[in-house]
Amino acid sequence: MRLLVFALGFGFLLAVPFLTQSIGQPALLTLASRILIYAIAAASLNFILGYGGMVSFGHAAFFGIGAYTVGILFAHHSSAEPLFGLIPGSNQMLITLPAAVLVAGLFAGLIGALSLRTGGVQFIMITLAFAQMLFFFFVSLTPYGAEDGIIIRRTNELFGLNMRDKTVLYYVILAIALVFFLALWRVVNSSFGAVLKGMRQNERRMAAIGFAPYRYKLFAFVLAGMGAGLAGALMANFLRFASPDMMHWTKSGELMIMVILGGVGSFFGPIFGAAAFLILETFLAGWSEHWPLALGLILLVVVMGTKGGISGLFDRFGGRGK
Amino acid sequence: MILILEQLLNGLQFGVMLFLLAAGLTLIFGIMGVINLAHGSLYMVGAYAGTYVATETGSFWLGLPAALGAAALTGFAIEALVVRRLYARDHLDQVLATFALILIFNQLIVLGFGRQPVFTALPSGFGGSVELLPGLPYPTYRLLIIATGLSVALGLYLLINRTRIGMLVRAGATNRDMVRALGVDIRLLYTVVFGLGALLAGLAGYMAGPISAVQVGMGEQILLATFVVVVVGGVGSIKGAFVAGIVLGVVDTMLRAFLPGLLRLVMAPSDADAIGLGVASMGIYLLMALVLLVRPKGLFAAGG
Amino acid sequence: MKKLLTAVGMAALMATGALAEPLKIGVITTLSGPAGYLGADARDGMLLALEMGGGKLGGVEVEFVVEDDGLKPANGRQIAEKYMQNDGIKLLTGIIFSNVAGATVPDIVDNGAIYISPNAGPSTFAGAGCNENYFVVSWQNDALHEAAGAAAKELGYKTAVALAPNYQAGKDAIAGFKRMFGSDVTEIYTQLDQTDFASEMAQIRSAAPEVVFQFHPGGLGIAFLKQYQQAGLLGQIPMVLSEPSTDAVVLGAVGEAAIGITATAHWNRDFDNAANAEFVAAWDAKYARPITYYASQGYDTARLIASALANTGGLDDLDAFREAVRAADFESVRGKFSFGQNQHPVHDWYVLNIVSDGNGGAKAVTDRVILADHGDSYAADCKM
Repeated sequence: MRLLVFALGFGFLLAVPFLTQSIGQPALLTLASRILIYAIAAASLNFILGYGGMVSFGHAAFFGIGAYTVGILFAHHSSAEPLFGLIPGSNQMLITLPAAVLVAGLFAGLIGALSLRTGGVQFIMITLAFAQMLFFFFVSLTPYGAEDGIIIRRTNELFGLNMRDKTVLYYVILAIALVFFLALWRVVNSSFGAVLKGMRQNERRMAAIGFAPYRYKLFAFVLAGMGAGLAGALMANFLRFASPDMMHWTKSGELMIMVILGGVGSFFGPIFGAAAFLILETFLAGWSEHWPLALGLILLVVVMGTKGGISGLFDRFGGRGK
Repeated sequence: MILILEQLLNGLQFGVMLFLLAAGLTLIFGIMGVINLAHGSLYMVGAYAGTYVATETGSFWLGLPAALGAAALTGFAIEALVVRRLYARDHLDQVLATFALILIFNQLIVLGFGRQPVFTALPSGFGGSVELLPGLPYPTYRLLIIATGLSVALGLYLLINRTRIGMLVRAGATNRDMVRALGVDIRLLYTVVFGLGALLAGLAGYMAGPISAVQVGMGEQILLATFVVVVVGGVGSIKGAFVAGIVLGVVDTMLRAFLPGLLRLVMAPSDADAIGLGVASMGIYLLMALVLLVRPKGLFAAGG
Repeated sequence: MKKLLTAVGMAALMATGALAEPLKIGVITTLSGPAGYLGADARDGMLLALEMGGGKLGGVEVEFVVEDDGLKPANGRQIAEKYMQNDGIKLLTGIIFSNVAGATVPDIVDNGAIYISPNAGPSTFAGAGCNENYFVVSWQNDALHEAAGAAAKELGYKTAVALAPNYQAGKDAIAGFKRMFGSDVTEIYTQLDQTDFASEMAQIRSAAPEVVFQFHPGGLGIAFLKQYQQAGLLGQIPMVLSEPSTDAVVLGAVGEAAIGITATAHWNRDFDNAANAEFVAAWDAKYARPITYYASQGYDTARLIASALANTGGLDDLDAFREAVRAADFESVRGKFSFGQNQHPVHDWYVLNIVSDGNGGAKAVTDRVILADHGDSYAADCKM
């Protein structure tokens, strides 16, 4: 049953380019691509937030770092001057994407190692603090456009595909998202995932039976940072642009809103959450200039009237209940 | 020397402003466990309501009760209609709900007052400056803000340490389950605390009007710094909010004022500016990270 | 949930519905947040021009499709794609902020559509990055501040303190000021979102320069001017400002705290030409709020489009339309107007004096030309 639903969902995603064409709304493909990218970022946040109980309010920092890695590598590729005099630039997706994931993971390691010494509200605020520091760093990074952002004139190359074609780019993003979610599924359902979930429920008990919480949590934090970095790198390729706005605290907030809206700790929740948030934002903005009012009211109704976000709603209607 | 003194005063003034906002937030946070992102909206509501009445009547002082009343009423409404239904829920649901409130309040202000920042006037008699020391003129209005902030701090101190409601507040911040178990009407306490926090936010917003801009989104600009103060001071602690507010206000002001200049003594001016500015803008976040690494619960944590 | 679905459904209907006849022009602008008034004024300037033309621009029936980018680059991009791909729109305008332009403009021009900027003029697209499909009606960002630098120099000041927020536009502002003023400038950078400038006031007083230049748009500028007066500096140290720090909204919000300031601008409501008189009268008849230069730029943008449409009758031949736009054959409310080789404006910059309006407020009065036929310093790098 679950496999069938999954296959149907995936089939729908495959068909999106044709559907958007056939209803005469080709730009909806852009929206679909953005949803997929944000779904990756939100799912990586959900991994530590929903499964690990770590409420990170600085997750957009890793998203931004992933995007800037692509942007900076491209800048050095087009100027043909190596970064720091030794790292050559690149416009190959097979290089830039792993690089972005790696750099984001590195930063997540550093930030996580410090932040995880605290917990609760303090953890929320300290992750926010680090993200703000990175934001201000990129805002003052004049060689790469500072506040105005860095333009990536051409999307990265991959296997000689025509990446300027929006449909091709969509399928590339979809393929990467599929790989990401399969990997995430395995991690969540591995023994590591089980330990992580156990820690959220009772950290002391897990420590007592021999799992050092700090190490497990840090590892999860790094994985989540890498996921957000991947999403950021895709976003930079998709927008052909990276800017500090991507790591502003409101962006971290939006990711969190997507997770909560979709259902905290539900595997597919972030996909629903990202989709609901972006679709609402896009259509309401096209409907009225006072769209934030409508968006606010809808979000309020959703949070007051449902429990467990959109996936909670599905569960209830699906009769699967918790 | 005079310059340092003046900057200290500036830091103090910024600090009491942060304290006015943080005091309510830390109580709401500590006692009710609610992460209220809409606290900045109360600041904005106070500023708009007070400024509107002040402009219509031509009196700054008539605007004051309007600001306090509007913010407190809005606070009561938020508590009764939204937050109260979410106490039993996950903190994250409160984050989402209060985020939605920010969107709603900002757009309601746009509908009611337009997008353009509104004019605010100084209270008569507070337009000039007084010479505190020879060569140190200081705006009287800023002295008024400092005095207001310090009196509010004193008032809160008395309220919390000398009254029955203060006792409940302290108890609630330390262990809210126990307070409930002892049969105290916790709902009334919650409403009172929320209203008080809203009132202080409205006061801060109205006081800030004449020196900054009264505009849509003004609350979000200062919200983050307020949360930093709350966490550095220790969640639930008024004393912590006061100390952290003043410290962060002074540190932020001093870094901005003197760091680039000091760095210029030891390195090239362009590097000094770049690094000095970078560190100054990260200042309060650096400080928070340092405090939390040394004291993970903040400076004056209000018990477990 | 049901409510949510209905809302989405309604929105979708509205987005696909209207298959109307008029020529659609896509407007991407910032309407929400503190900077929302900039976008609203630019938009209303355009709509006013259309209304005065009886729903037509240059004899062609036109509809402006407007959407809020929320000051988010990704949203701007999304709206642009919707306009171009879903609605087949070939002419876009409206962006207020440089970072939204950075994410949006390359995609528009690469798709062969034409973009005419009513406000942002970042250096990225002014020099080597110029494009034949990209026009700027407002100004190149640096030029705003060059005018202030030239004015301060002409007034005979030798030393200056220059203040701006620590981000790209702020640094560009100070660089632009220095380019015309000279090098004896003490630079002070403030923080984004900073609303308390007490510390900077003390620094200005201790530096005791002959003149102060500061660039703080919108609400920040309002706070700065109020605090400058409260610190007792107004009247002690003269201030020369560029246009964004003294728009009509800023003047309205600070009142007499602005009196005595020297401002520079490319447009002011008292400009003595027929096009401007008509524009100001129409605006005042329709809107209760003060008229800003953003509105004048929106209005000019619409009138420029009208002049080109009058020539080509539509957008079927984009090459012809582009040529017609480049000719800039319209009566600008700022007087003289032509495009440089990078398709950014070449026009006059003026010195304005801020004086009392007699009701406790302040108004700007045009004094003299400070930079005549001024283009920008990037045009030479543009190979088109």
